[in-house]
This record gives sequence, C-alpha cells and structure tokens, in this order.
Amino acid sequence: MPHLNTKEDLEIMGKQLLLDREKINKTIIMCGGTGCTASRSRDVIDALNKELVIQEMDNEVHVRVTGCHGFCEQGPIAVIEPGNIFYCHINPEDAHDIVTKTVKNGEIIERLLYTDPVSGEKVCKESEIPFYKAQDRKLLFQNREVNPQSIEDYIAIGGFTALAKALDTLAPEEIIREIKISGLRGRGGGGFPTWRKWMECHEAPVDEKYVICNADEGDPGAYMDRCVLEGNPYLVIEGMLIGAYAIGATRGYIYVRNEYPLAVRHARNAVQQARRYGLLGENILGSSFSFDIDVARGGGAFVCGESTALMASLEGKVGEPRPKDVHTVVDGLWHKPTTLNNVETWANVPSIILKGASWFNSKGTRGSKGTKILALTGRIKNTGLVEVAMGTTIRHIVYDIGGGATNGKAIKAVQTGGPSGGCLSVDKFDLPVDFDVLYEAGSMVGSGGMVVMDESSCMVDVAKYFLTFLQDESCGKCVPCRLGIDRMLEIVTDITEGRGTLEQLELLEDLADTVTQTALCGLGKTAANPVLSTLRYFREEYEAHIIDNKCPAGVCKALIEYYIDPEKCTGCGTCKQACIHNAITGEKKEVHVINTDLCQKCGICRSECKFEAIQVS
Amino acid sequence: MKSLKMESILNGRSSQPHQLIEVLQDVQETYGYIPEEAMKEISEKLGVLLIEVYRVASFYKAFKLKPSGKYVITICNGTACHVRGANLLLDQAVSQLGIKPGEITDDGLFSIEHVNCLGACALGPIASENGNLGHHMTPAKLRKFIDSIRRKEREEVVNASPQY
Repeated sequence: MPHLNTKEDLEIMGKQLLLDREKINKTIIMCGGTGCTASRSRDVIDALNKELVIQEMDNEVHVRVTGCHGFCEQGPIAVIEPGNIFYCHINPEDAHDIVTKTVKNGEIIERLLYTDPVSGEKVCKESEIPFYKAQDRKLLFQNREVNPQSIEDYIAIGGFTALAKALDTLAPEEIIREIKISGLRGRGGGGFPTWRKWMECHEAPVDEKYVICNADEGDPGAYMDRCVLEGNPYLVIEGMLIGAYAIGATRGYIYVRNEYPLAVRHARNAVQQARRYGLLGENILGSSFSFDIDVARGGGAFVCGESTALMASLEGKVGEPRPKDVHTVVDGLWHKPTTLNNVETWANVPSIILKGASWFNSKGTRGSKGTKILALTGRIKNTGLVEVAMGTTIRHIVYDIGGGATNGKAIKAVQTGGPSGGCLSVDKFDLPVDFDVLYEAGSMVGSGGMVVMDESSCMVDVAKYFLTFLQDESCGKCVPCRLGIDRMLEIVTDITEGRGTLEQLELLEDLADTVTQTALCGLGKTAANPVLSTLRYFREEYEAHIIDNKCPAGVCKALIEYYIDPEKCTGCGTCKQACIHNAITGEKKEVHVINTDLCQKCGICRSECKFEAIQVS
Repeated sequence: MKSLKMESILNGRSSQPHQLIEVLQDVQETYGYIPEEAMKEISEKLGVLLIEVYRVASFYKAFKLKPSGKYVITICNGTACHVRGANLLLDQAVSQLGIKPGEITDDGLFSIEHVNCLGACALGPIASENGNLGHHMTPAKLRKFIDSIRRKEREEVVNASPQY
C-alpha cells in the first residue's frame, strides 16, 4: 500500500484505480447495509460469488458489496450495471438465474423486479422507480459506488481530491468562507450555521483543538447517520480532515453508537486504511497539516446528543451536559476549543469544497440550503432513507416518494425531528422541509426522522410515548427536566387512562412552557414539543379521551374493549392460540368469544386475525 | 477476577481515566455484563474512584450490571417500531417468558431488553436475538421463534444427558 506523499500521488493513484475499475465491465451492486443484512443479503452475496466461480465469470464480473441504498423495505436489493437493473427481495436461490440470465445474457427476471404499489406495474430500472426518481440523492448516491471497506473504491471515484484542493489552494479562512456562502447548517438537529462554529473555533487563540463527529444517533426513528457512516466512512473522514485543517485541529474523534456495530467496524477500518495511505497522520499529502482520528463507542445515552454531554462522555465521564455560557468552540473537549458536527454535516463538506458553494446552495430555500437525508418510516407503502432538496414539501415526500398510506387507512400525521420535534397534521403537509418553517410550525427538521402515522395511531399515546422516552433518557441533572417531564407524563397518563380533566390540559401547557424555558440543555428545552404539537394540532383527541372517555384510535387500553364480530369470525382458532392470557374461548369452526375479565387488551389476537373479526369498542 | 481476559482489556490503558467507557464496553462485550470484581479492577488500574466507575457503568444503557440470559430477546421501541405495533411484541415476550425487560428466566436461557432504537426503522417492528435483527416481526413470529429456541435447548439437554 503506497504512502501518498503529494497531491500528485493521489491523482495518479486515483486515475489508475479508475482504469482498473473500468476494466471490469459488469458489476452487481449488492446492498450490505444493516437493513439488507437483516434480510439475509450476506447469503445472497455468498451465493452470487459462488455462482460466478461456477460459471467462470468471476474475473469479468464484480460483486460490489456496498452500504445502504435506502430502500430497506425491499431488501435484499441489487443493482446490475450496466443497465441499471433493479432486483429486490432476492433469495440466495436466485443467484443462478441472476448470473446466467441477467449478467450473461441481459435477460430480465420478472419475478425479481420491483412492483410499484401505487400503479401496480413492474419497474425494471432503479432510476425509474418512483421512490428513487422523486429524490435528489447527492450524498446517498455515493453509497452504491463504494465498498465501505475499500478506501481504493473511494479514491477511484475522486475521494480525497477535495482535501487535496483545500490543502493545496485554500487558506483556512477561505474554506470557512466557502462553507459560509454555501449556507450549510448542522444536520444533527439544531440547524446551527456550520461556518460560525468553525470560525469561532478557528479564531480561538489556542494551539490544541479538536473536531468531533457526532455519530451517536439517539433519535428513535432516525438512522441516516448510521447509513452514511456505515456506507461511506471515507466521506465523513474527508469532511473532518477539511474541517480540522480550517479550524487548526490536530485530533478528531468519531463518537459512534455502540448499537451500530457495522458502523463502528467500518469507521475503525476506514481510519486504519487512511492512516496507511498517509491520509491521516503527519504532514498529510506533503503539507504541513497533521491530523489523526480515533473512533470512540458511545454508551447509549440520548442526552449525549448534546455537545457538552458528548464531550464529557469522550472524557470517560457520565454524559451530563453543562451550562453553555462559554461555548464548546472555545472551551470544549479537555477544555480545548472543539468543533462538533454530526455525520451528515461532515459528509456534505467535501462536495462543497470541490464543487463550490454555489453548487450546494443552488438547492434549497432561502434559509435552508442543500439536500437533507430523511428516514421515512411508519404507516406508508415505501419506507427507507430518502434524500431531497431542502424545501421539498412533506406531501411530496409522504405521497410521491412514500407512496401514501398502507391498508387503505387515512394518514393523519407525520412526526418529524424525533423526541425534540413534533407531530404535524395533514393540513400542514404542504409545508416544506426547512429548518425555520418546521420550527415555526411547532416541530423541527431535527436529524431527519419522519414517521408517518395513520388513524390507527392515538396522538395522546404518541405524546405519552415520547414523554416516557424522555423521562427515561433525562440525565436528571436539572430540576425542570427531571421533574417537569415526570409531571407532564403523569398528566398524559391520567388522560390515557380515563382520569383526565380539561383543567389538566391548561396545567400541561403551563408545565410545558416552564420546562422549555428553564431546562439546562437541548433535551429538556425541547422535551415538551411532542406534547405541545399534539395539543396544537390534535386537541380534539385529548378532549375525546377526557370528555367522552374514548380513545378514537382504539389504542389506550383503559378506554377500549375487544370483542369478536360473530359475523366475521370463522372459528379458525388462531386468536385462541395466540392469546397469551387464555382469554379467548370457542370450539373449532364456531364463533369465538373474548372473556373481558381475563383480557389484558394487548391486541395480539387482533394483529393475528386474518378476517378482521376482532374489533375494538 | 484477575483473569487473562481482564488483563488484555486493561493492557496499555493503565492510569488513563478517559478510557473508562471504552474499557467498560470491552468488559460488557466479553462478559455480557459488568461484574463487580471487574469494576474494582478497573478502578485500580485506570485510577478512577470505584464510585465513579459504578456511576458511569450505571448511567449508560450499554452496560448491564447483571448477567443476561443465553438468548437476549431485544424489542426495539423506536418511534417507527412503536407505530407499527412494537408493544404487541413486548407483551408477547413478557407473557411468554414470564419475565420483565431487564430480567432473566430462572433457567438462565432468556432475558428481555427493551431498547430505544436499533436503527433499522424502515423494517419495523424489529426484534433481535443476540444482535441478529428480525424484521417485520409479529407476535406469532416471535412466539414461534421463542418456542423454537426452547425446543432446540431441550433437545440439546436430552442429547447431552447420557454423557453425565
């Protein structure tokens, strides 16, 4: 492995690698991300490689195992190039057909094609699938070009040329100015202008400085950072290198969730490879710039998404935040100036430097530039990671990319921004994904979680869900957060259990306001958002629980009863077998009955009945 | 506790208090929990007060202070899994195994973990067994899965018994 001593070394190597790559004219791009791995993509990859050997085609066809392609729902997925042929739900047994028919003879295998759930038609090319077509995949597209364990792949597609350009032709101030003009704002949740952090840190008159990549993606319902770090760790490292050079940092940390074992492995491997090529270490590419990165595993605490808590954790301490009267860009890790950005923010940096600020800010709205990766999940047809230009409407994302509701149920809300964000009702679906607009609407872009809910979700239960999460994750250091969340949860629990009063709604709003204004850190300051936003857009659901003692969605156990519709029950016995409380009786082929004294209202019977015979009243 | 495993974990890290979380991660990975003896050894080697080791070990969710079962059934409770019925999976596991999250069955075979997000949100609801993700889980799938492990274990006991 050659040590790259100059910018020219990198260029020559990149050209050579690209030539080598172009020699292989057929590639099967297999997703090896966490989602597809859960769908047994490893077995498919093994089967494909085996089949290529059997067919004596292993020299001319390359199986590139990549990070996440985004369309996790359809996994395991593969794209065959040239031809852009997209296959989904692949089994290891399909390997023979894929190799002998598609790769060898260009035949399309109908059964492996994607069927658009909206039109019902089969789609052959990846680029024609509505889920992909309606996106603008600037960052995610790179995932399919790179094996995340091969730095050579990244160099072949022009990796580290942005770093070379920065070191060779740009002064640190010029880089920061470029980032400023690009309008890049933090992708982790706050949406803080990236250049300002960099500038303050750059100006701090201290020699020892740090950069940190926050990959402690604790938001439930968000996994875009996992996908980028897992799929293309080199892009993140290059972004950090450029940032470190601009700021004057000599050391960096990638703080990654231990719940993401693949991301930890790929990040560590990427750092080692970069060191071997001299892209991390002393005098990078022959410049006077020296920088290295360590990978640290997070301990699993949501509060560590707060910069001061994360830094405490990196120091080996309990992840408690501290007041930010002095910013971390001046007094951060080990009391040194520290710049912390999240994975997606760092990943945006190389392209901005290489293609220019105007390339980046040509997309987006006045205050929110570029593209944003969103984790589109919940009760819709197409779920996965999507990347869209800032300013794209929620409606476009939910219906055009997401394909709309499943099972014919009406969509009623979208939750954005995780526990710090809020729930927006359908009449807000024309709002654009924009940091400021969603904030005004009582939610936030946050890190990009977008969970779609239909009429089977109870919005009071959703508020309770987030409060339970936040109560569990509150570090307990400050009183407003520790006790405020407790009290809010008590009230919401009262409402879901039929003890609520209308006066409590006012108290709830009052408490929410106090917690927002007085909590120490971001976790507490935004903890009331799920409550406030559901009260704002779904107040009638709270009132139904309180006044009518009813849960309109049929979720809150204390307010519902399960019964079996004798018209629909076929007496198949599935529910009786499924009931873990022995609350269902009935003979085979006769109508079954639920004993309400024994029924715990878990709903398992309902989820298993194929005839929709189990109803909620 | 002065074991080779602990020695290799602590190797090259003595008197480095900032390594505490990394060390605990390795101990958790090796033993499946953080034994009290290990905490004492860590305290000594890294130069961190024992109470501080305990504080950190009990603060972060990654660390367990009690041993887990041979099979750890993890139910994801992320938002995306929640709206797709993750509660049903938890009810199923709790009722079928007769234990609550964080507990272990009497035979030491199973324990249940209820976690905030495993990051496979598009495939929810997710349940995992010792880190292997199961996607689009239903109570029925989970029930059969737990039954199959029990069956397998029973068979192993039957097959192994003549040797004793």
